[in-house]
Amino acid sequence: MPKLIKGVGCPYCGSSCDDIEVLVSDDETKVLEVHNACIIGTNLFHHANDPTRPRLPRKRQPDGSMKEIPYEDAIDYMAKTMLAAKKPLIYGFGSTNCEGMSAIGRIAEKSGAVLDNCATICHGPSFLAIFDNGYPSCTLGEAKNRADVVVFWGCNPMHAHPRHTSRYSIFPRGYFTQKGQMQRTVLCIDPRETDTAKLADHHLMLDQGHDYELFNAFRTVLRGHDIPDVVAGIPKETIKKSAEIMKNAKFCMIFFGMGCTHTDGRNHNIDHAISLTRDLNDHTKCSIMAMRGHYNIAGPGQVWAWQFGFPYCIDLSKGTHAHMNPGETSSVDLAMRDEVDCFVNIGADAGAHFPIQPVQHLKKHPFIVIDPNFNMASEISDLHIPVRIAGVDEPGVVYRMDNVPIQFKAVLKGLPGVPSDEELFDRVYERMCELTNTKPIWLAAKEDRRYPESEAVS
Amino acid sequence: MSSGELIVKGGFVIDPTRKINGDVGDIAIKDGKIVEKVSSSAKVIDAKGKVVMAGGVDVHSHVAGPKVNAGRLMRPEDKLRAGVCRSGMAQKNGFRMESGFSIPSVFRTGYEYARMGYSFVMEAAMPPLLAPHTHEEIHDTPIIDEAALPVFANNWFVMEYLRQGEVENTAAYIAWLLKVTKGYGVKLVNPGGTAAWAWGLNCLSINDPVPYFELTPADIIKGLIQANEYLGLPHSIHIHQNNLGNPGNYPETLASLKLAEGVKAKNKFGRETVMHSTHLQFHSYGGEGWKDFCSKSREIMDYINKQKNITFDLGCVTLDETTTMTADGPFEHHLHGLNHLKWTNVDVELETAAGVVPYIYDKDVLPNAIQWATGLELALFAKDMDRAFITTDHPNAGPFTRYPRVIKWLMSKKAREATLATMKNTDRVINATYIHGIDRELSLYDIAQMTRSGPAKCLGLARTYGGLAPGMNGDVSVFDLNYKDMPKDAEKIEAAFQRAACFIKDGEIVVKDGEVVSHGHKKTVWVKVKMPENPQVTRDVSQAFHRGTYTVDISNYPVREYLAPHQSIIDVNVEA
Repeated sequence: MPKLIKGVGCPYCGSSCDDIEVLVSDDETKVLEVHNACIIGTNLFHHANDPTRPRLPRKRQPDGSMKEIPYEDAIDYMAKTMLAAKKPLIYGFGSTNCEGMSAIGRIAEKSGAVLDNCATICHGPSFLAIFDNGYPSCTLGEAKNRADVVVFWGCNPMHAHPRHTSRYSIFPRGYFTQKGQMQRTVLCIDPRETDTAKLADHHLMLDQGHDYELFNAFRTVLRGHDIPDVVAGIPKETIKKSAEIMKNAKFCMIFFGMGCTHTDGRNHNIDHAISLTRDLNDHTKCSIMAMRGHYNIAGPGQVWAWQFGFPYCIDLSKGTHAHMNPGETSSVDLAMRDEVDCFVNIGADAGAHFPIQPVQHLKKHPFIVIDPNFNMASEISDLHIPVRIAGVDEPGVVYRMDNVPIQFKAVLKGLPGVPSDEELFDRVYERMCELTNTKPIWLAAKEDRRYPESEAVS
Repeated sequence: MSSGELIVKGGFVIDPTRKINGDVGDIAIKDGKIVEKVSSSAKVIDAKGKVVMAGGVDVHSHVAGPKVNAGRLMRPEDKLRAGVCRSGMAQKNGFRMESGFSIPSVFRTGYEYARMGYSFVMEAAMPPLLAPHTHEEIHDTPIIDEAALPVFANNWFVMEYLRQGEVENTAAYIAWLLKVTKGYGVKLVNPGGTAAWAWGLNCLSINDPVPYFELTPADIIKGLIQANEYLGLPHSIHIHQNNLGNPGNYPETLASLKLAEGVKAKNKFGRETVMHSTHLQFHSYGGEGWKDFCSKSREIMDYINKQKNITFDLGCVTLDETTTMTADGPFEHHLHGLNHLKWTNVDVELETAAGVVPYIYDKDVLPNAIQWATGLELALFAKDMDRAFITTDHPNAGPFTRYPRVIKWLMSKKAREATLATMKNTDRVINATYIHGIDRELSLYDIAQMTRSGPAKCLGLARTYGGLAPGMNGDVSVFDLNYKDMPKDAEKIEAAFQRAACFIKDGEIVVKDGEVVSHGHKKTVWVKVKMPENPQVTRDVSQAFHRGTYTVDISNYPVREYLAPHQSIIDVNVEA
């Protein structure tokens, strides 16, 4: 009898929907049906059925081909390579669980590595703005239950976060928003006429790259000062009208995306957006939230903040304390300057997402990929170690874009012999300790340690 | 837990639970517990000429969870204070890396508490929805035993039940929430005010109506005291009152303290109090504004000294640059309006909110100096030291690593006067406070009450923590202080409490000569209430999830077992 598992978390975008229902085969090895998820999420579950999924590590041979090797050999190679490297770079983590992020901390300390995550190429500028200006935010339920004005600035959830608008931001009927979309005024600020912009009540089609001026104009108007007739291509009257809508909201919610972080101004745009949120709190209630991309990309920011005090770009090579200085210790910049001599890519795809020069530099040195699937990075790597898929055949904690921890379930049994990220990292760490004749540091006694379990509650 | 035998020999034992004050004696430990005697093969720790106390118990500290981490994340500068917050601890020496000053990393938190001889720390505010996060951090914190108090006073279920006077339903909801969040007790933060903050409002008085819910903070406080005693939980309610931090707030504080009058504690844990008023320093101010801001510690303490069913902790300002963080969302917004530093806010659906703002307590800024004096005065005016506990509301009034400095000020008038003398506004501080006129110097016995026996009793943990009687946890701290010949230089008192000469946790030596030598066997302590199922509450809770008022699935809400690997569960049985 196939089993229907409810309340399953989706391993795709930052919405981290956990209302998915997955029908699995009796022996829990095949996904049969996926309900409630968007098309991308649905496919991610079905991918797990792929019979060609890697089941053993593959190592690059002198002739350039890849050959399957046992896990023991892969772990030994990774441990030795990382110990030999002067400054390894460990990057990724958008798509794995927090247990893995916590376990990698030991390896990173032991090897004196730089620890970085996908934020370094997406919401890193948002972190810089938060360092400067704080982050007045809320959980997505607050937006759902209260927000009567929703602003999407430089983001397009209809494509990037397909269920965001139906679960949290535009359509749902919340506690104080019983009329759903009818009760919400939606503003979209985007140079393109995106599908989100088409949904909006007001679309401010600003000149591309002029977000900073427009944020500035909003704040100026809110403080009762005059602005030029046209700012960033938007007429003064439209700006004044939009500012008035936000000011008269009962609860105004601003969502921003990479249209703000990766256009001219970058972190300064976000800085201004946060100031705008703060200013609006003098008139009404207003919150702001970054549209984080992957289902657990908020996770490394949290885990490493409690372990090292920094969310990303964490240089542990000094051995005694963590050091963060984006620009100096950020992945792309380190690679551009060819400063790292070993690269470990985990649950992300640097091959697809980094510019070509950094990849060329990284490729000169040992290049290790830890990922459940084949991807661009795995195909150019020296070693590819497959692991279980967090959220499909491995449970664990993930942080939704609003930093709410969600305890994901596993719906399938893991492939035989394939470890989770956490198990793999623990084994690599133990091997590193063996090689250096040191005792591993488990905060709790090793025999008492426990790996994630699903604990399905009906 | 270590199975070996240990004996701490020849120290000056200070154990208020047995009224022992400086008698020279031995403390024997076997299988992680204190025992009458051990065999001659026991490992000997020489404590001759040193003070021996139980492991410290911190009743209120923000050490793990979402707002603590929001503070770490938004303050990279807090990591840059080399010398204050860096150590040589590293993998090659067998340790995790340490970082942070006012909001230390989890590793540093565990290490620093251990270095000061603390064995138990209460995380003071856990948002229930985010409980897995709190437990993940507790999981990663070495050595110290920890528990966490979920916040209840702005929770929709609680307010809905109490509006209708339903104490039993409130109690059943508390029992359910403690179980699913692995929480310890009932925390109240700005009752009603934080709920109002979801609309950008606040409740500054206990009689202000809470928007939409149509009850008052006073109703919430009274109702939660009743529900807490109905359940007979180990800890009393733990309250952060309305109108925190504002000039002239002390009458409001007294009004909320009075709500406990006539209520008797009902529990099987030896707790005699029904209300713990936390970081009282922030609630003891007079004046109409910042110009005539002054201390009203005496007025507050005159009341508390008479009221046997109330405990409190100080929330001492330590005059450091620190990071304020509280579930009192509207207060943090207000504070940000005062200092214009960065502001983080986290509103949590149906439950609570939190805010984080960095703050620099400058001894030369008059209100800060008055705050410093107010916190110390509360302790110096206190008559029953078993009801007055040392805290800094870490990290709000200062980091917990400053407890030794607070102890120094409390134990030495000279040290207080020395600090006072360096202030820019010494005379005005003296005029606005009582501190200059107080000659009292607390004894080591007082300190042991305030940091050990008192908090353990108030938390209902007196059988295991806070004392050195046989059968209690084998947690012993040894400080390099000669009871018979206390140092003239108060700085030496601070230094001794900063770095324990030896700290034994569950029968294992975890600190020696002020430095960590083992990662110990930390535990997560939580309270499991067994009571008949309440169908109304079960229905209400499941509806909130199924109708989508919560945005997570009900099956993913309870904290999973593996996240808290070393549980110490306190059972409470409630008969129908």
